[in-house]
Amino acid sequence: MSARPIPWGFVILIGFGLVAPVLGIYPTFLMKCWCFALFACAFNLLLGYTGLLSFGHAAFLSAAAYTTGHAIKVWGLAPELGLLAGTVCAGVLGFVFGSLAIRRSGIYFAMITLALAQMLYFVWGQMSFTGGEDGLQGVPRGVLFGMLDLSDNTNLYYLVFAIFLAGFLLIYRVIHSPFGQVLQAIRENEPRAISLGYDVDRYKLLVFVLSAALSGLAGATKTVVFQLASLTDAHWHMSGEVVLMTLLGGLGTVFGPVVGAFVIIGLQNGLADKVGSWVQVIMGIIFVVCVLAFRRGIIGELGRFLRRPL
Amino acid sequence: MFELLGISPQALYSQLLIGLINGSFYAVLSLGLAIIFGLLNIINFSHGAQYMMGAFLAWIGLTQLPQWLGNPDFAVNYWAALVLVPLIVGVFGVFIERTMLRRLYKLDHLYGLLLTFGIALIIEGVFRDWYGVSGQQYEIPEVFQGVINLGFMYLPKYRAWVVAAALAACFATWFVIERTKLGSYLRAGTENPRLTQAFGVNVPLMIMLTYGYGVALAAFAGVLAAPIFTVSPKMGADLIIVVFAVVVIGGMGSILGSIVTGIGLGLIEGLTKVFYPEASAVVIFVIMAIVLLVRPAGLFGKEQ
Repeated sequence: MSARPIPWGFVILIGFGLVAPVLGIYPTFLMKCWCFALFACAFNLLLGYTGLLSFGHAAFLSAAAYTTGHAIKVWGLAPELGLLAGTVCAGVLGFVFGSLAIRRSGIYFAMITLALAQMLYFVWGQMSFTGGEDGLQGVPRGVLFGMLDLSDNTNLYYLVFAIFLAGFLLIYRVIHSPFGQVLQAIRENEPRAISLGYDVDRYKLLVFVLSAALSGLAGATKTVVFQLASLTDAHWHMSGEVVLMTLLGGLGTVFGPVVGAFVIIGLQNGLADKVGSWVQVIMGIIFVVCVLAFRRGIIGELGRFLRRPL
Repeated sequence: MFELLGISPQALYSQLLIGLINGSFYAVLSLGLAIIFGLLNIINFSHGAQYMMGAFLAWIGLTQLPQWLGNPDFAVNYWAALVLVPLIVGVFGVFIERTMLRRLYKLDHLYGLLLTFGIALIIEGVFRDWYGVSGQQYEIPEVFQGVINLGFMYLPKYRAWVVAAALAACFATWFVIERTKLGSYLRAGTENPRLTQAFGVNVPLMIMLTYGYGVALAAFAGVLAAPIFTVSPKMGADLIIVVFAVVVIGGMGSILGSIVTGIGLGLIEGLTKVFYPEASAVVIFVIMAIVLLVRPAGLFGKEQ
């Protein structure tokens, strides 16, 4: 069992999630953090555990955000169905993009995903239902399963946290399953995984779809929280941000992306009114510092200090 | 024939010209990416930012510098900028290589991409904070103002110059790499850096200069672009993603391949603007998807 993270990590995570709104932290900020934490965890499944650097994950975030927004606002679907529609849509898109991208590896993989996501960005910009530059605004929050009124911030907070936790546990389960072991084998040595008889492309595609769908779930949830889906979600800056969150928190660690997401979103929120648009420069500097001197990330270093994988 | 399709020949020619210009920029930038990739094995994400820097420095030299120094005689004119700006940005590239990129060569290539992405964010952010997101205008130098009447269309002189200069830069690069002794060292270094070093070639120096040259090429393209496109902090990022797609389509194996692919795709994009304008922003990405399905290694790439 030594390969498993200590249960304390889970205790802290769940405990924090449950009491955080009581501590007086702004709930919308927390919900944003959980959405991005899920997004980063889904991304980490791909980069941290399979070694595939996708530079186009904004595509899945935005596809789900627009689908969910449209489904709830225009079709009048219940929020649970809207979230489902967004997730499925991102998964299908993940299948299409993934099938193309896995035909090349390494740096080409990153460039292809980036290019495909940029294509989608242009498509969203031209389609009418997305509202172009203004975005899809005024998405009603609705009533979950016909009982739980989501216009109440506390209800919504615990729904968002539950969604995050479900996604997080699923990812945890996947990482520690035989499937996850094969993924890590591909990360460590792809030719050897092939020679052992694994159909590497199928594994890559499957994990890509899973990562895309979970990123979609994060984007769909974000739409319900902010009642808005906009082009910002599809921009390549967003794809870069999720890379940064994962890198800062710790590549290939279970808890790293969560910490990374909280730090980055916290920094952006805290700095926005102090330094204005210098935030982008600061993000760039964090990127450079992480790559040059801090490649294990926060949780990676902590895990090394505690001598346990976290 | 064009009248039957409801398209005037003038519109067709002018879009083809714009396509040719865009294609020249794709060619110069993808060429720079390819030679950097060949020797350093990294994809230079900050290539677009360095192109933007080129355009901005040219603009600063022409319009801001005289104000700072309080003397209109200190304006750096277009021709001086065409030489000085690539040098300055090239030195900046050498600095980046020396201080940062050099530490990453033994690691996974993805870290090089991530580092240069961070650098791109910094450069873009700094220029946005100094000069805002709205674009700046750079006046076309006097020699190139006006048009040439070709009989079937009017050719703006500056645009003809851009295509000529970009192609000249591409072919000069091709000549140096494929036909000179220096180029043969470079090719040897790309093929097998350790063996090349064993023969007494200073490979780390060559790597440094290659990165500097690739970056200078991007800045050169930036100076060329300043008078036709608006000079804005966003101009690099939008372009570089398209150039990535161009690189995926062409493969990075051959220099002439990069040039041909760049120009060809620019022309196709121009044609799309005439016949189906809605698709013009995405046509290169669609072609990339098709190429990946049919020939994953790229048109000029080698299967690994």
